[in-house]
Amino acid sequence: MKNLSVFLIACLFSLGLCISGLVAPRKVLAFLDLLGAWDPSLIFTMGGGLVVAAVSYFATRNRAASLLGEPMQIPSNSTIDARLIGGSLLFGAGWGLAGVCPGPAIVNLGFLSGPAAVFVVAMMIGMALYELSNRVAAARRSITVDA
Amino acid sequence: MLTIDWTNFTPLPALLGGVLIGGAAAALLLLNGRILGVSGIVGGLLAPRDGDTSWRLWFIAGLVVPPLLLGLTGVTDGPRFYGSLWIIALAGLLVGFGSRMGSGCTSGHGICGMARLSKRSIAATCCFMLTGFATVYLMRHVF
Repeated sequence: MKNLSVFLIACLFSLGLCISGLVAPRKVLAFLDLLGAWDPSLIFTMGGGLVVAAVSYFATRNRAASLLGEPMQIPSNSTIDARLIGGSLLFGAGWGLAGVCPGPAIVNLGFLSGPAAVFVVAMMIGMALYELSNRVAAARRSITVDA
Repeated sequence: MLTIDWTNFTPLPALLGGVLIGGAAAALLLLNGRILGVSGIVGGLLAPRDGDTSWRLWFIAGLVVPPLLLGLTGVTDGPRFYGSLWIIALAGLLVGFGSRMGSGCTSGHGICGMARLSKRSIAATCCFMLTGFATVYLMRHVF
């Protein structure tokens, strides 16, 4: 039940990415091209998504468990640190370079796109590299503490 | 200074798609208690914890099945990509590394985090929009 709900929700999300145009690099790059022939369409996607998501968030924020009985897992961290800023700056550069972010990249895999496969493999390598650097940093910290 | 490309302007599909995206984020929170952040859902597979893997795979399957059906039934071939494969690979590396380092991407920070007025997500969204604009500017108008 829990996984079926996740699957159907992801299908809905996937269709949203397709219909909005977020799945098309041309559309995203035209949205990010502020000083060229600017296509502001995706502002409506962000606006529509934000309003619907905000209503649901504020309606559910006092719940202890989800409707399917799972714990509500909402981030509570509120510190703006160098990791958040640096990571987001890098992410934006990659987004602007190809015009795809993680969701649309995976949706494009479903369209059997070769370039999307290259992008997703590189993205997984990037994620694994971060995971690795994080573990190395944690290991270093524990060595310093032990010493 | 600002020139709007009216011929490619598609506010209605963009809005409808956005409502579906927000609806999906709302449903995942309400039904499964989870934030819909794609980089977090996918990245969590690389540091697996017991009982925390299958739902992530189901989520990825749900992203892939609709375009697969749209392609097989001939509704659409899907969009094309731009730039050399080297640029696309570099972009993928930056997106993967950066989204994990920054704890989120367009969905997790840009939609879910901003919707709950998280200071971190608002800061993250400003940052990735900034380098997104800057990168396209450099690629299209400088190099």
